Amino acid sequence: MKKPRKSLSSLSQKYIMALAAIFLMLFLIMHLATNLLMLLGDEGEAFDRAVVYLGGNGFIKIVEYLLFAAFLIHISLGVVLQIINTRARPVKYLKAIRTETSLFSRFMFHTGVIIFIFLVLHLVNFFFVRMNWVPLPEHALHSHDFYAMAIVLFQNPWYSGIYLVSFVFLGFHLKHGFQSAFQSLGLNHSKYTPAIKLIGTIYAIAISVGFALIPIYFLFFYS
Amino acid sequence: MDFTLKIWRQKNAEAKGSFQTYPLREVSPEMSLLEMLDYLNTQLIESGKEPVAFEQDCREGICGSCGLYVNGRPHGPARNTTTCELHMREFTDGETIVIEPWRAKAFPLIKDLVVDRSSFELIMLAGGFISINTGGAAEANSLPVSKINSDRSFAAATCIGCGACVAACKNSSAMLFAAAKIAQYALIPQGRTEARERVENMVRQMDDEGFGFCSNTYGCEFDCPKGISIDFIALMNREFFSAKVCGHKKTSD
Repeated sequence: MKKPRKSLSSLSQKYIMALAAIFLMLFLIMHLATNLLMLLGDEGEAFDRAVVYLGGNGFIKIVEYLLFAAFLIHISLGVVLQIINTRARPVKYLKAIRTETSLFSRFMFHTGVIIFIFLVLHLVNFFFVRMNWVPLPEHALHSHDFYAMAIVLFQNPWYSGIYLVSFVFLGFHLKHGFQSAFQSLGLNHSKYTPAIKLIGTIYAIAISVGFALIPIYFLFFYS
Repeated sequence: MDFTLKIWRQKNAEAKGSFQTYPLREVSPEMSLLEMLDYLNTQLIESGKEPVAFEQDCREGICGSCGLYVNGRPHGPARNTTTCELHMREFTDGETIVIEPWRAKAFPLIKDLVVDRSSFELIMLAGGFISINTGGAAEANSLPVSKINSDRSFAAATCIGCGACVAACKNSSAMLFAAAKIAQYALIPQGRTEARERVENMVRQMDDEGFGFCSNTYGCEFDCPKGISIDFIALMNREFFSAKVCGHKKTSD
């Protein structure tokens, strides 16, 4: 009697979306922790050691593939969900929606697109260099010398500006995304949900501000 | 009170609809929005025009028949209120009131402000019941139910299936409805026997009806006339996960 499933159910897709998101959020913590070493004022020595170590670590290599997979899943599923959701209401309302929802929750797809554009730019700047797809900038000692690349890039105010704006949108995306991931996984509890929301807000601010410190440092304080 | 009404008029599912403007004078602030529409319809009929079609039944907020999208919100500006219990005193004198039908692919329009909500019935048919086919009611004390679960099950069961959650959701998602209907059984022992099948079947039916997915904007909770909590959506997600991971493979009957 039952029709065979054409695709994954809505809830399975939400679970996958949330699990990929949690992996990406953990990655951001790791990425930020490494990047903050640039601010030590030791001409990038500690940062460089960390990058070279991570780049040569077998476990990190595996995690890197997982990371690409998580990005791919989260982005492509995000696009699929947006298409399904738009199609679910073929005729729009005339009157602007007055139902109260949080500002960030309504624009997850839009902030996601901005972050995706940023991500492409970011990969071109740093990852492609490491893969030797893009020539090394001047002053860089080796293809892992992200510190030298950061100096060149972030001393350009336009460039730093694009990064800073992207971090603001990343913060918006994370602000809703953090608690949303828990809700999608069914982890909603009268005792813990207020704490999850608070931690989500702190996390979103910490990540945006943390990453923003790097372009700000090279733009204004590095000489 | 005087109002300018902007109402969606559409002859039938195939016809092209449009908004029509009706000035309405001397409306009592004590009227409900539906009574105001009755008042308008009387005037339309007297002048030989087609009255505005809208759904209604109990007019006391429990049947779930009425449902109009009023000024950008399902059931209008008052919270925890159905359209039939919304009084005209909630509006300001001279205001333009825009009245639209629920908009969703899964709720095709029948006429004017009436939409077909059979998709909700089909979700219920897929598992919104407990299969007790024989015998009288069991002795109540033989089935202990904790107070908290009894209360939560009842809170979920207050869902009247009006569709405001779908109308409020930017994705036209029916997750709050499905979650309430799944939760009302999942929280009591009578419902546990079929809990895993129920959640899988109801979610599958919901997907097949063409509702959107949940973005956790929680607009549904804000505009639900019965104040159903989004906690039940999380509960549905847990139930679904448990059914998928711990449930047995389906054997052919």
